[in-house]
Amino acid sequence: MSAAERLVDARVERVWQLLRQVPDPEIPVVSIVDLGVVRYVRVAGDGRLHVGLTPTYSGCPATAVIRSSTHTALAAAGFGDALLEEVLAPPWTSDWVTAEGRAKLEAFGIAPPAAAAEEARGSRAVGCPRCGSLATERISEFGSTPCKAHYRCGACGEPFDQFKCI
Amino acid sequence: MSSAAAGAVRRERALEQALCRYVLRLADTSLVLGQRLGEWIGHAPALEEDLGLANLSLDLIGQARLLLTYAGELEARGRDEDALAFLRDAPEFLNLTLAEQPNGDFAATIVRQWLIDAWQLEIYQDLAGSADSRLAAIAAKALKETRYHYRFSSNWLIRLGDGTEESRRRTQRALDSLWRFSAELFAPDEVDEHMAAAGIAPPLAAAAGRFQARIAADLSAATLEAPESHGYPWHGKRGVHTEHLGHLLGEMQHLQRTYPGMRW
Repeated sequence: MSAAERLVDARVERVWQLLRQVPDPEIPVVSIVDLGVVRYVRVAGDGRLHVGLTPTYSGCPATAVIRSSTHTALAAAGFGDALLEEVLAPPWTSDWVTAEGRAKLEAFGIAPPAAAAEEARGSRAVGCPRCGSLATERISEFGSTPCKAHYRCGACGEPFDQFKCI
Repeated sequence: MSSAAAGAVRRERALEQALCRYVLRLADTSLVLGQRLGEWIGHAPALEEDLGLANLSLDLIGQARLLLTYAGELEARGRDEDALAFLRDAPEFLNLTLAEQPNGDFAATIVRQWLIDAWQLEIYQDLAGSADSRLAAIAAKALKETRYHYRFSSNWLIRLGDGTEESRRRTQRALDSLWRFSAELFAPDEVDEHMAAAGIAPPLAAAAGRFQARIAADLSAATLEAPESHGYPWHGKRGVHTEHLGHLLGEMQHLQRTYPGMRW
C-alpha cells in the first residue's frame, strides 16, 4: 500500500469514528452508524469524501436533522467539503441495526427489532426490555415515532416501545 | 441532426413527459391522502388510532416528497417538491379522486384508506421491478411502509364490518358511498399504456386482478358486500376533480399562497 492509499484509508476510518458519535435525534442513545443509516464512506477519484445516508422511513422528520448534524460533525473535524448523498436502494431495513445498537436500545428500554425474516414468519415473541418476560402484547403498531410500535408487558405491567421490524 | 436522430430525441422527450405525469399521479395521491389523514390529528376515536393515522400520513407525505422531487426533475422547469405541492391549482393535481374524498366518520376514513393501501400495494410491488431505477428505488421503499398501512386498514375494516350492528352499518354505508371512485384505480389511459410499453410499469390489468382478489377476501372476512355498479368512472388522474380537492388545497397551501417564498 502506498503512502497516499494509507492516507485515504485513515480519512475514511476517521470519518466512521466521527459518525459513530452522531446521535439519532429521536433516540439519542444510538448513533446513526448503530442504526445502519450510514451506508458508505468512500473517497472518490477526485479525492473528495462521499458519505451515503439512507432514510429509515420515507417521512421520518429525523432524516433532515441527521443530514445536518452529520454535516456539522464532519465540518467541525475539517471534513466540511464531504459530499452527503441520499441512498434509496436497497431500502433501509431494521436488520441493519448493529448488534451494538440493539444492546443500546434494550438497555434504554426499547425492545430491539426482530430479524425481518423471523417477523415475516410471525415466530418471534417480543421480550419486555425491563423484566425480560415474553408475555407481552402489542397495543398499537404505531408509536411515538415512525420506527416504533407500542407494547405492554403482562408480567411487570409496564408499557414499552418496540423498534419496529421492517 | 438527421431526421432519425431527431425522431429519437422527440420520442425520448415524450417518454420523459409521460413519466413525469405518471410520477405526479402517484405523488399527488400520496400527498392528498396524507393531508386528509393529517386532519384526524387530535380527533381520532382513540389515542392509538390518532398516532396510527398520523404515522400513515407522515409516510405518505414522505413518499410524496421523493416522487414530487423526481417529477420536478423530469419536468425540467425548475419546480421543486415545494413548488409542486404548494403552488399548483386543483386542475393540475393528478391524484386519484378517491384520495381527496372527505374523512367522514372513522369507517369512511378506513374504507378509503383500505382501498388505496390495497391499490398501492400492487402498484408499488410492480414498480419495485421497474426499468426506471429511480422509480424502482422509491417504490421498493414505499412498499415496505404500505404493508404496514394495509395491515392497519384491513384489520380495521374487518373489525368494523364484523363488529357491532352500528359499526357494520356505518362501514357498509362508507363502502356504498366510496365504491364509485374505485373504478379509476385500475382504468388505464394513454399515460399508463406508454409506461407499460416502455417497461416502466407493467400493464394495470395484472395488478387489477390481484387487487380484486385481495379486496374480495377482505370484504368476505368483514362480512361486507361490494356494491353492484361503479357508475361514472371519474378522472382525478387527468386533473378532473370533485369539489373537495379545492377546499383541501385551500388549507394545505394557505401559508405559501399568503406569504410566497416563506420558509420554515
